[in-house]
Amino acid sequence: MPFVLQTEKLCKSFGALTVADAIDFRLEAGARHALIGPNGAGKTTFVNMLMGAIAPSSGRILLGGEDVTRISQSARVKKGLGRTFQITSLFRSLPLLDNVALAVAERRGTAHSMWKPASSYEDIIQESTELLATLGLADDARVRVADLPYGKQRLVEIAIALGLKPKVLLLDEPAAGVPSEETEKILGTLEKLPSEIAILIIEHDMDVVFRFARRITVLVQGQVLLEGAPEEVARDRRVHEVYLGEQQHG
Amino acid sequence: MSGYVADPRIRWPEWLPWIVALAAFFLLPEYLALGARILIFILFALSLDLILGYGGIITLGHSAFFGLGAYTAGILSAKLGVNDPHLQLVAAAAAGAALGLATGAVILRTKALTLLMLTLAITAILLEVANKMSSVTGGADGLSGVQVNPLLGLFKFDLWGRTAFLYCLTVLFLGWLVVRRIIYSPYGAMLTGIRENTARMHAIGAPVYWRLVLVYTISGTIAGVAGALLTQVNQFVGLNVLGFEISGELLVMLILGGVGRIYGAFVGPAVYLVAQDYLAKQFPEYWYFGIGALLIVVVLFAPGGILGITDKCLSFFRPKSSARASAH
Repeated sequence: MPFVLQTEKLCKSFGALTVADAIDFRLEAGARHALIGPNGAGKTTFVNMLMGAIAPSSGRILLGGEDVTRISQSARVKKGLGRTFQITSLFRSLPLLDNVALAVAERRGTAHSMWKPASSYEDIIQESTELLATLGLADDARVRVADLPYGKQRLVEIAIALGLKPKVLLLDEPAAGVPSEETEKILGTLEKLPSEIAILIIEHDMDVVFRFARRITVLVQGQVLLEGAPEEVARDRRVHEVYLGEQQHG
Repeated sequence: MSGYVADPRIRWPEWLPWIVALAAFFLLPEYLALGARILIFILFALSLDLILGYGGIITLGHSAFFGLGAYTAGILSAKLGVNDPHLQLVAAAAAGAALGLATGAVILRTKALTLLMLTLAITAILLEVANKMSSVTGGADGLSGVQVNPLLGLFKFDLWGRTAFLYCLTVLFLGWLVVRRIIYSPYGAMLTGIRENTARMHAIGAPVYWRLVLVYTISGTIAGVAGALLTQVNQFVGLNVLGFEISGELLVMLILGGVGRIYGAFVGPAVYLVAQDYLAKQFPEYWYFGIGALLIVVVLFAPGGILGITDKCLSFFRPKSSARASAH
């Protein structure tokens, strides 16, 4: 089985600033893989390159063994790549149901149809409703997303990505900005995600990382410092120096 | 209003514009020329609302389509002797669509201020072309000698503008049906998605660029039809159908009524053109002052336009929990 997602010598520079330096990365089927690193390590840039939102300066990206380095974001999504955003990126003035239905409609290929009313697409509405129910958001289906509390908005962030039924899911700090008592809810949601989805999670919260991830890659200044099982990473002296510092994990 | 949880059936208030229009036809026969002008601008504003209010494409050059449609109909009649009104409409629609596709494919790769400047540039170029090609367009003198055969071979355009009014009303009604259908469709929901958050639409796999080119083309088609109507009703085309001024005026009308809602495109042009007509008669020298004051009041106190105020008044009388209750 080839890796579901793989990069080969992926590089990105903005002028003299190198934010990705020959990153070789591999994601296995069904992976629960975390990407950690200090601020400015280039984690989000890496995700943006994987998605196709930013073009790499050099290197290759393989999705399911196929070179996708040059294809558009929408084409990558069609091939099973989904993402969430670190800074909540929703359709704020639309009802919660529509937020998810837009993604479901894109996946099912009905998003461009112009003739029948959107509300007559019962299969899309039903699938979206069921998806919201699995995340405990069914009661809010008709509420405008902007009117939801922030913790729930973070769940919507995940719900939209799940509407794409991705094979590979990139979670960019799913618990960013969420008060610690609500982090548990998001973590619970992440743990319940279907095991066949390969997940790459970027996270600052080490509790989340060590509970969720079975494999960890440490990125520092655009370079892979180390990749290994959580115990190895927690034990590694260099990781402590550059990143974990005073957090005292292990 | 639109989207997957919206009820697409036509509600009774949506018939109000048509009732008002028909009432005006019978009760205000001396204002039918103004009425026809309002109906044309409503259709024009509808086309703008589709791309601006729903698709989030900002433009100051929507007159390019309107003007092209107007000149297409005018040149067909005055220069080529094609006086069939339906043929003129179809030709104007095709011209608007072609321009929408050709320019949209180029400029919709840009966004924000760049896009705004490019839309402005396109209508400015067309204005200059119309100005210089006076052998075809009549240049600054305008294009006269436009003739229009009876509609369906039966209804002649009369001196009092009765036929013209009902004709514009019919075309507007058809345009409204089309726009309303698009807005309530998955495509309409998808457009609001692009307006709300383009980055997210990319991330859920939407080919945003192509979707925008398509809606821009549709909008151009409708604006082209509106332009042709103006030519047919006036039997004349002037340079003022192109350029920045009329685009800006249209934008003001839409903002006045309420952007991103179908009926904002109805209320805005009606209020604007009636106010303009009234003020121009009462204060021939200062009428623009009145329009300016009206716009300032609306923008300051009702950012959602006149329909935004109506919304607030209605929700004041409604029980507060209704929005939540409907979720259960």
